[in-house]
Amino acid sequence: MAEHYSSFTKGGRLWLWQRITAAFLVVVLAFHFFLLHFVNHADEVTFAMSQARMESLSYYSLMILFLVTATFHGVNGVYNALVNQGLTGTKRQVVKWTLVAASLLLLVQGVRTANAWAGYTTFF
Amino acid sequence: MSQSYNRGLIEDFGRWREFSAGMWAWVFHKFTGWVLVGYLFTHIAVLSTAIPASSQDAAVLAANGDIYTETIVALESLLVVRILEVGLLAVAVFHILNGLRLLLVDLGIGLESQDKSFYASLILTGAITVASVPTFLAGAF
Repeated sequence: MAEHYSSFTKGGRLWLWQRITAAFLVVVLAFHFFLLHFVNHADEVTFAMSQARMESLSYYSLMILFLVTATFHGVNGVYNALVNQGLTGTKRQVVKWTLVAASLLLLVQGVRTANAWAGYTTFF
Repeated sequence: MSQSYNRGLIEDFGRWREFSAGMWAWVFHKFTGWVLVGYLFTHIAVLSTAIPASSQDAAVLAANGDIYTETIVALESLLVVRILEVGLLAVAVFHILNGLRLLLVDLGIGLESQDKSFYASLILTGAITVASVPTFLAGAF
């Protein structure tokens, strides 16, 4: 029997989450492109039009979920690529926490932006 | 007795001449992934101009003279941005189609057709990208 040979943590759930977010993003990314390039054209963007979309709670919720899943999927993908490349030890920890910090900044900034359109008060 | 197979460094791009279709699919998926995550950070940074715009005067917003609208309009007026957007579409479509292929492979579906589904992803990406060029470049000239 072959030994377990993998760069990933045995029993880890991140592998599964990468697939779950992938299935969600396939649909939502295609929708995002279609809505903002084919239904509405990118060169006709105005604050008022973006605001009108984001004031709908269903659209706002979808975009927040899109932000969270895309951030996780993208940043976890970068981390996996670096681990596959041979990143180990202290460097791996430094990279991991740098990516976590970058993700948090992106999420905060993304939510602040969505709130600016939706008219919600942001406390950070 | 257990046997192990040491694959060495997993990502050895120096062996690219030996790559099979599956390896190319993996390299392209990785490359398009890097582009998309880089774009995600840039995208949120550009869209963040909506934050100062939201506190501008109603008259300025009504006249589309706010910093968000002006930033997007200025970017979209550049031909290079329009061309980069076509590139972004190609990258996103390939990542989506090859991602679907990977999800099916993970589920054990179509394992015998992995090569064919990779070629299909490439052809479909090319077709969708070419068909989208008129929409993406409209008004750029």
